[in-house]
Amino acid sequence: MNCQGVIHELSNFIDGELDEVLKRDLERHLAGCEECRLVVDQTKKTIEIFCCCEPVELPGEVRNRLHEALRRKLKEAAQ
Amino acid sequence: MLCANFKTETLGAGVILIPRHPLSTPNPHRLPSTVAREDEHLLVAAAKSGDVAAFEELVGRYERKIFRLTMNITGNREDAEDAMQDAFLKSYSHLKDFQGDSRFYTWLVRIAANEALMRLRKRRPNQFSLDEPVAGDEDLIPRELQDWGPGPEQRFAQTEMREILSNVIEQLEPEYRLVFVLRDIEELSTEETASALGLSVPAVKSRLLRARLKLREKLNRYFQQGGAN
Repeated sequence: MNCQGVIHELSNFIDGELDEVLKRDLERHLAGCEECRLVVDQTKKTIEIFCCCEPVELPGEVRNRLHEALRRKLKEAAQ
Repeated sequence: MLCANFKTETLGAGVILIPRHPLSTPNPHRLPSTVAREDEHLLVAAAKSGDVAAFEELVGRYERKIFRLTMNITGNREDAEDAMQDAFLKSYSHLKDFQGDSRFYTWLVRIAANEALMRLRKRRPNQFSLDEPVAGDEDLIPRELQDWGPGPEQRFAQTEMREILSNVIEQLEPEYRLVFVLRDIEELSTEETASALGLSVPAVKSRLLRARLKLREKLNRYFQQGGAN
């Protein structure tokens, strides 16, 4: 596998969706290619950073408006 | 541990502690124990049978995540709030149609993503289309390859880091951003993402690869050793 092949299969590799033969081929390339190693590691890190970023608390006024709208809806539904 | 760097905080000024407001008075259909409420499908079943408090608990459980989702898609706070509100209202109205084939949260994410997408399209008509094929492989070759060093995100304060993530995702074209948000932030499967956006599985995979590479490149500007920070 060459560098272009690594990029083409990057998502499948990160998501664990590569078959064993392709995976070994890709890992062999990574062992000898520092640039591809950087791309793979940094792409994994990118996903990890976004995925781990906890959502912020809802601003108070946003939450109040949401719950007020829900209360109106529930009241309508009950009538 | 990376996740420890991202603690909950309030948007805007200061931490706001708000008591949970019950949406209605207690009702006879309430579940008997708080332990049972841990389970999403029990909450959904209770809400379907008329337990308003159970629905309220579902809202409380997911409101922050749904707001993050609609903010990430629309990039506009007013639209994000409207989309979130309509998503919860619609999910309540259509709760009887929810068959339980997927998680309730996944179903809710699909509704919220559609609401957010509608508002994005309204605000930016003709600016993007999910149907357009993506370009060939030739533009995929990564540029800007610098070492990030260990724990690059730890060089930034939490609020600064949040701002960086918000900026870089906003710079991403909507057709890539939507796929990345649903797949990598909301952790829907490829098939669920495809179904939510009306795309084929190969189209989702192709856009996801591009989104990931583009975001890596954008983060590189902040994370490279000795880079801008």
